[in-house]
Amino acid sequence: MEENMSEKIEDKLYKLKYNTDSKCHLNPDESKCLQCIEKTCTIVCPANVYSYNENEKKLAVSYEKCLECGACKVVCKHIQWTYPKSGKGVVYKKS
Amino acid sequence: MQEEVSKNNKVDVIVVGAGPAGVSAAVTVARGGKKVVLVERGTFAGSKNMYGGIIYSHAAKEIFPNFEEEAPIERFVKKHTYVLLSKDDSTTQITYENPQNEKNAFVAIRANWDKWCVEQAKKEGVYYAPETLVRELILEKGKVVGIRTDIEDYFADIVIIADGVNSLLAKQLNLRDDIKPKNVVLGVKEVIKLKPEIIEQRLSLKNQEGAAVELVGGPFSGMFGLGFIYTNKDSIAVGLGVSLEDLKTKKIKPYELLEKLKSHPFVSDLIEGGELLEYSAHMIPEGGYNCLPVLYTDGAMVVGDAAMLVNNVHFEGTNFAMISGKMAGETALAAFEENDFSANMLCLYKKKLLNSFILKDLKTYKDVVKILTKRSSSFMGYYPEKINEFFGIFTCADGLEKKSKFQNFAKNFFRKRSLSELFLDMTAGIKLILGILK
Repeated sequence: MEENMSEKIEDKLYKLKYNTDSKCHLNPDESKCLQCIEKTCTIVCPANVYSYNENEKKLAVSYEKCLECGACKVVCKHIQWTYPKSGKGVVYKKS
Repeated sequence: MQEEVSKNNKVDVIVVGAGPAGVSAAVTVARGGKKVVLVERGTFAGSKNMYGGIIYSHAAKEIFPNFEEEAPIERFVKKHTYVLLSKDDSTTQITYENPQNEKNAFVAIRANWDKWCVEQAKKEGVYYAPETLVRELILEKGKVVGIRTDIEDYFADIVIIADGVNSLLAKQLNLRDDIKPKNVVLGVKEVIKLKPEIIEQRLSLKNQEGAAVELVGGPFSGMFGLGFIYTNKDSIAVGLGVSLEDLKTKKIKPYELLEKLKSHPFVSDLIEGGELLEYSAHMIPEGGYNCLPVLYTDGAMVVGDAAMLVNNVHFEGTNFAMISGKMAGETALAAFEENDFSANMLCLYKKKLLNSFILKDLKTYKDVVKILTKRSSSFMGYYPEKINEFFGIFTCADGLEKKSKFQNFAKNFFRKRSLSELFLDMTAGIKLILGILK
């Protein structure tokens, strides 16, 4: 189910238009991720931007998939959250 | 933009964000003869916007009286349907239609609608600057005097902050606290392509009529969340809004919930054979009256979602945005009359909001979200489920006598819900009603 679902969300995101920024606009404080048990950012993000690699003990941030909703910064105060640069990021056409 | 703004980059008013609130503010200022720049971080207005999806004609008309003839409207909402979804796939539905008032609300695609609004505003003298991200506000002696963009600084006597639910600018001014997960809903939706005649057939609509469907229970049974379905011309929007607090504590991914909603027979029958056009997500401020930010300060006002102006009970947000934008625009014009841009003067904006349906309605519903989130397992889970069960018994003819079925239903009703819980529900229900009526 889990795997299926993440495939499905990737398919959905694939249909979206993005003007990808060259720089990551989402910057979690990695030292805090090590102590974080819940990893709520990996749950609430509607675009599956965050994934935690247990082996490397590192939070991967696929900022290029971001929908700029802001949910991650509401559930985690250790994410330094800004918008992508002018004109960059997701481009909705049908919403 | 360089040519239009005078040499020292100074205009009368800058509006940040070209959504419904920002464009309404900007056009109001331009109509009053003042020089106004509307900045937008996206490549075009609407490109960052998603909603759960109705625009109200009263507000649209107030800003753009010609909208009905000229704006890119998908469908007017003829039918309002409320559906209680059950876990066992049964549903109870109520539909309201009023042939006398068929043009009260409509559905539009934001990329088209917001763009159209900006085009109108430009015709009326608004200078528009897309692809312009405001990094921060410029302050001088505590007063807002301009904006800092990726490229340049611009100055104005008044800045109207219309940068949406995440409003980093209101935050910079300390006009608002960080949003709490329980005060915000995450909305996700899919726009699914279907032939117009199929949409009309499946929702029993006539030519070009539209429907708005709100869905309670089902996959979000017991959570503070709702599903929705809106009709475009040749697509259907299916989505949901659910409290971030619930996603967080129940550890559910928003797109998993959406998949569950789509697999409920009520929804799956509607979208069968459709093709996904676009998936989107956005937050909706739900804190209401108790979570309002400070709405104005020296040299600045906050409007629309940035000011958390949403009536979550009636799904009103776009109208709050447009009218609050207009009121901020009118206040700016009054401030120019007096040549006073201080908080003292701009408090007129709050007075206007207080005297309008916006803050009056928010005040009326100020405790609803608090009560519903506290008792969501009952009001948005147990009872909707029981209503479906009741109608299940009521409509079922199977050769068995009714009395014992209803006795069982009543027994179970109390057995599965402790008296103390029922009591809490009852007091919450009374509080809810009294809060609205008093």
